[in-house]
Formats: sequence, C-alpha cells, structure tokens
Amino acid sequence: MLVYLDNSATTRARDKVIDEMNIMLKRDYGNPSSLHRMGLNVEKRIKEARNIISDYLNVKKEEIFFTSGGTESNNLAIQGIINKYNKKGKHVITSKIEHSSVLNVFSKYEKMGYDVTYLDINNDGTINLEQFKKEIREDTILVSIMMVNNETGTIQPIEEVKKIIKGKNPEIKLHVDGVQAFSKIEFNINKLDVDTFSFSSHKIHGPKGIGGIYIKKDLNINPIFYGGNQEMGLRSGTENTPGIIGLGKAVDILRKSGRKEREEIKKLKNYFLTKVEENIDDIRINSFKDDRCSSHIANISFLNIKGEVLLHFLEDDDIYVSTGSACSSKEKTGSHVLKAMKLSDEEIEGAIRFSFSFYNTKEQIDYAIERLKERVEEIRDIMMR
Amino acid sequence: MDRVISVSVGEVALKKGNRNFFEKKLLNQIKVATKDLGRPNVYRERGKMYVKANEDNLEALIKRVRKVFGIVHVSPGYKVNKEMKSIEKVSLKEIEEIRKTKEIGTFKVQCKRADKKFPLNSMEVARRVGGYILANTEGLNVDVHNPDIYIYVDIRDSAYIFSKKIKGYGGLPLGTNGRGLLLLSGGIDSPVAGFMIGKRGVSIEAVHYHSYPFTSERAEEKVKDLAKILSRYCGQIKLYSVNILNIQKEINKNCPSEEMTIISRRFMMRIAEKIARNNEIDCLITGESLGQVASQTMKGLNVTNSSVDIPVFRPLIGLDKTEITEIAQDIETFETSILPFEDCCTVFLPKHPVTRPKLDNIEKSEGSLDVDELIDNAVENMRIIDINI
Repeated sequence: MLVYLDNSATTRARDKVIDEMNIMLKRDYGNPSSLHRMGLNVEKRIKEARNIISDYLNVKKEEIFFTSGGTESNNLAIQGIINKYNKKGKHVITSKIEHSSVLNVFSKYEKMGYDVTYLDINNDGTINLEQFKKEIREDTILVSIMMVNNETGTIQPIEEVKKIIKGKNPEIKLHVDGVQAFSKIEFNINKLDVDTFSFSSHKIHGPKGIGGIYIKKDLNINPIFYGGNQEMGLRSGTENTPGIIGLGKAVDILRKSGRKEREEIKKLKNYFLTKVEENIDDIRINSFKDDRCSSHIANISFLNIKGEVLLHFLEDDDIYVSTGSACSSKEKTGSHVLKAMKLSDEEIEGAIRFSFSFYNTKEQIDYAIERLKERVEEIRDIMMR
Repeated sequence: MDRVISVSVGEVALKKGNRNFFEKKLLNQIKVATKDLGRPNVYRERGKMYVKANEDNLEALIKRVRKVFGIVHVSPGYKVNKEMKSIEKVSLKEIEEIRKTKEIGTFKVQCKRADKKFPLNSMEVARRVGGYILANTEGLNVDVHNPDIYIYVDIRDSAYIFSKKIKGYGGLPLGTNGRGLLLLSGGIDSPVAGFMIGKRGVSIEAVHYHSYPFTSERAEEKVKDLAKILSRYCGQIKLYSVNILNIQKEINKNCPSEEMTIISRRFMMRIAEKIARNNEIDCLITGESLGQVASQTMKGLNVTNSSVDIPVFRPLIGLDKTEITEIAQDIETFETSILPFEDCCTVFLPKHPVTRPKLDNIEKSEGSLDVDELIDNAVENMRIIDINI
C-alpha cells in the first residue's frame, strides 16, 4: 500500500487539474499576448483563474499576480518592498524559522549592509512577540513572518503581529509567507491587513512551477526582472498558461469542498497522533495538538533513532515521510526550526515530519502506524549495543 | 570531401606480433564508445584508424574517442580524393578555419606517403601545398623549424588533411589484459583506481557495498553515475551491488566497536573475492592509498589483505590525495564523487578505529561470527546492474 505522508513537500495534482492543463497544452496553446482569437481565448481563461483565486482569498482581482511559485513570490515581496522603501530605513524583521526562500533573501540584504533582526522562537514553536515589540524601530521598513511553519505546522500569530505594527509604527509593511497556510487553515487577508501574501500551487494539488502573490492595492512594488510586461508589468515572461489554469482549477475545487476536506484531514491527523502516542514510547510531539497547529502537519521526534534511517526503513514499506536533518557525520545539519525551538540534539536527530492530504485514508494510517511501530523498534534494537 | 577523425595509437603499434589483435580490439572499443552517436563508420586504412564524422557530431565524437584506452591522440580532419587540386583546396580551408579562432603567423606542411605510388614524393607535396596556401592568403609565412601550426597531409588510399592533435590517454585497448573487479565506493579514490587499471587493458567490473535502509538509495545512484563516467573509458561495466547491513549488524553486536571498520573491510574483500571467483575475474582493484585513513595504514592493509587469496591491485598506493584529486578532475569523476551521499552509514562507524590492528585479535573477534554464511547470504542477495556507455 502506497502511503504518501509528505504533502508539505508537494502534493499529487488532482485529475481534474491535469485534464484542464492537457487542454491548455494540446488545444488552447496560444500566447495570451497574441492579438488573434487564439490569444484572446487564453487571455480570458487566465482572467477566469485570477477571478477564482481572488474570490477564494476574498481580495480584488487586481491584487493577484501569478509567479513561478512560493520562492519567487517571497523574493518579489521582500526585494520589492525593501527596494521601494529603503530610503526610509534599512532595518527589517523576520523570524529564525522562516523558509529558505525568505531567510536567504534577508541574508543577501544583510551582506549589503541592512540590519536584519531574526526573532527568537518560543519552546512551543511560535515567535517571541515580546521581543518583537522591543525590536520595532523608527527605521524598520519590513516585517516578514510565515503564517504556518512548514516543518512543525505551528500557526504564527499574524493578527498580533499586525496589531503591534499598527501600535508602534504603522508605516511598516508586512509580508506573510502563506505557502503552507493557503487552503490549510482559515484566515482572512483583508482582516489581517497584510501587505503581501505568497502562495504556491503544488502544495494544494495543483501543478508545480506556478504560484502567486497577493499585493495590496496601491503598494506598487517594482518587478525583480524585466521583459514583456506581463502581469501588469510586475512579472515579465510569457504566462505559464497550463500552470495558471491548473492552479485556477485546484482553487476552484477548494472553493467548493475545501472546508470539508480540511475537516477530514484534521480527523485523520488526530487519529494518527493518538495512535502514535498509544503505540510508541519515547517520543516528543513537536507542535500543538489543537487548532494552534495546521491540520496537515505532525512533527514527531523518536528518541534513540536517526530520522533519516527511519525514513529509509519506511520507504521500504512504501510509506513516504520527511526529515529536517541529514545523516551525516561530517556536519550536524539539523533542522533550523527545531534548533530555534531549543530541542535537544537527540530530539532533532530523531524528528520526522508527517504531512497529510485528503488522498490519505484511515486504512493507510493504520498501516503506517503498524509499520512505524515495528520499524522504530527494529532500529532501536540495532542501535543498542 | 568527408569529415573524419584520425586516430593515433601508442603502445599498440609496438606490440609487433599481436598488432592485429590489439588494433581489432581498439577498433571495436571505438565502435562501442560511439554507438549512440549515430553508429559512425570506424575503419582501418593502411595501418591507420579513422572515424567517419559529420559537422554535427564531430565535437561529440572527439570527446568520446579520445577517452578510449590505447589512443595517444585524435585529430579532426578531412578525407579527400588523392588529387593535388583537392588536397591544396582543403589544406587552405583548414588553415583558414584555424585562423578564425587563433592568431598564427607561420605554418609548415608535413606530408607522409603510405602510398608510395603517388606521383609526387612527400617533399614535393609539402612544397606544392605550402605554395598554394601562401598564394591564397595574406600575412602567413612558412617556418620549417618552429611553425605556429602544422598542416599534416597523409596520402593513403585517400588523402587525409588535419592540423589539430588532441591528446588521448594512451594505455592499452580494453580487454587485452584480463578482467578485474573494482571495489567502487562513492569516494574520490576508487574510480581513479579503476581508471588506472583499465588503462592497462583490463576489463573492469565493479562491486559496491551499501547498508540500505541505513543509507540512502541516492548513494547507489551516485555510484551508478560514477560507473557510468568510468564506462566512457572502460566500456560496459557490470556493477554488483551488495547489501552488507546484516554483516554490520552482526559485527556491531559481537565485536569490539573499534574493530568495526577493519572487520567490515575484510568482509568486503572476501565478498569481492567470491564474486571474482564465480565470474572468472583475475584480480581485485582498490583505491587504497598508504596512510590515508585508519584502515589504510601498513598494519591495516596487511590485516585487510590477509583475508583474501587473490591478487589485489592498489594503483593509488603511493599517490597523495592532491595527485589523486587531479586525476579525478581530469577524468571527470571528481564532481560526482564529492556529492554528499555516504555509502556505508556512519551510525556504525567507531569514534576511534584501530590504526594498528593485530591479525590475531581480529581473527579472534571474527571467531564469534558465522563468516561463510554471512558472505553467502550477502552474495546471494546482491543485485547486478549493467552500466552501459
């Protein structure tokens, strides 16, 4: 039985999404910039996809831009905002547990002389808001915080972050990396009043190589590369039409059944957690067990185990999971997220991320638990001398 | 006029009585090495070898052919009718091509005649071609002592004209010197060892050890990639992939931890010996270099070596890491070797391996293991993978 529990890495595309993309490749392959009817037809379909997404996110359609995915969206937001507002100041704030597509952009600016504050993380995996309050300065121009952490599933207090910004320095722009939150938790971009919000298609059963960004109207950031001025000049390059239409279809389905699916996933994950706790000793669950964690991620440390070894044992059972750290003697490359949560080396080494989707079933979970229990015992037995 | 690559052989030509055998082997190796580039015609003409090419596949063919062992250098050139008019024209064309990318002031035409019936002798051909080039170019002079470039004219059944000489690796054609089994890890050394022995005409097969699922499948992929690069020189390689996790588990349970590495090593040698015997392979090849790691000290090598009764070739034994690295870079295995996938999981590695093991002690430790059965099981369950060029 194939059990895919790595849905935070990427997801299987829905059949209906693939069907739509097929049409775009085989029949409606025109370039939306072409003046003829074939171009116009595709342009209309892109408009449709944009409408679906803006409707789902409850924002204006002019506020949605298509990109190549989460990494590009994060780059566009951070570079765009910094380059526009750097005359007001050179201080930015982010957290220690952001995705590499955020952290590495900031480390580039740090080298260029910007002052970057990396917020500490509480033991429960949330950012330290007290520290955040203290770090906000006159010359702070940007705050970038993820909505859901990709390794632990912990939901970050974006609402409080915005409140603090408003109280201390309302000029500061707020970027939210929403890649792991999009469709996985309930939120309202308007109410949160964020400035930019990034999302990706392949995490929500759409195709890879496509994603998007919400940019609040009138923010007017500059593009990071130049060309044919597609996407209202913000993102040049011939539109990835199969991708856009595929993403549109994936979101269209979410509009209709996203909540129901989310409830199913939540039940499965809770069932999984209960079973793991019942069956396996010496573990640590590295996130909240309630709604303060996204329903699609469970991060668990198995003590006296190397996560990578467990991963390979499970793959032999056709069960696919993920680990933050690699089994290397030369350098300890443990997860930066778990490190920031101050887990012990042993807890970090034995950490496995299980991430769920609506394609998973209870039978799969039962099978996974049975194998997991056996494999953990087997490895612990080998490692003991 | 045809595009051809002329092939110059080294030691092959010295093997008088066997020359025909060696050349046939070489011809066959070139054919194998170029099979997927449109099966170009490879032929011998009056003691010289040629590969027929075209403008599209010329560069790719040169890259492939120069890696075939036994070849000293390859020269891209032209094959034309044996008429002075054609020879002159193409020689001029060749020199004009060269001038597009390289500044030259002087040249020399050198002619060889395998066909002694050709009406002009070598000196006369060279003079005629040189004169033609001088008459049709500007800014060029002849320098017979120290020219910037040579134009070679070979007169055989046809006439061949070329200028560039691209170095090959020399050595002897594969399959002219028996078969060897290479212990291939994912590291820098072992592919180089295989290359060096392969260069002496030995057909290479390889054995790889892993501890899946304690190690990643990517580690095996990496070894396959290395074998693939090696196959460009050594021809098709049969790769035996052996899982030694059970053996490591048993050693871990029953033997002192500091002996883990050396005893594992002995098992690897024994398994290799068994595979060699079963497949009529005459020697083992390892990438060991004296003193490089704990298991490669003089004592360590002695203890490892005494586990088998088959010749073990260690072509890197006297080389420094930097020298080995240089060869690895030259043969293009280095970039793959340094990818971070480990083949034998580090969970079993002792913190302080013995550097001066005593054979008595090691044999005593092995006494608590069922050595033969462990080896038989490992060999029975190994996978065989054919790595094609």
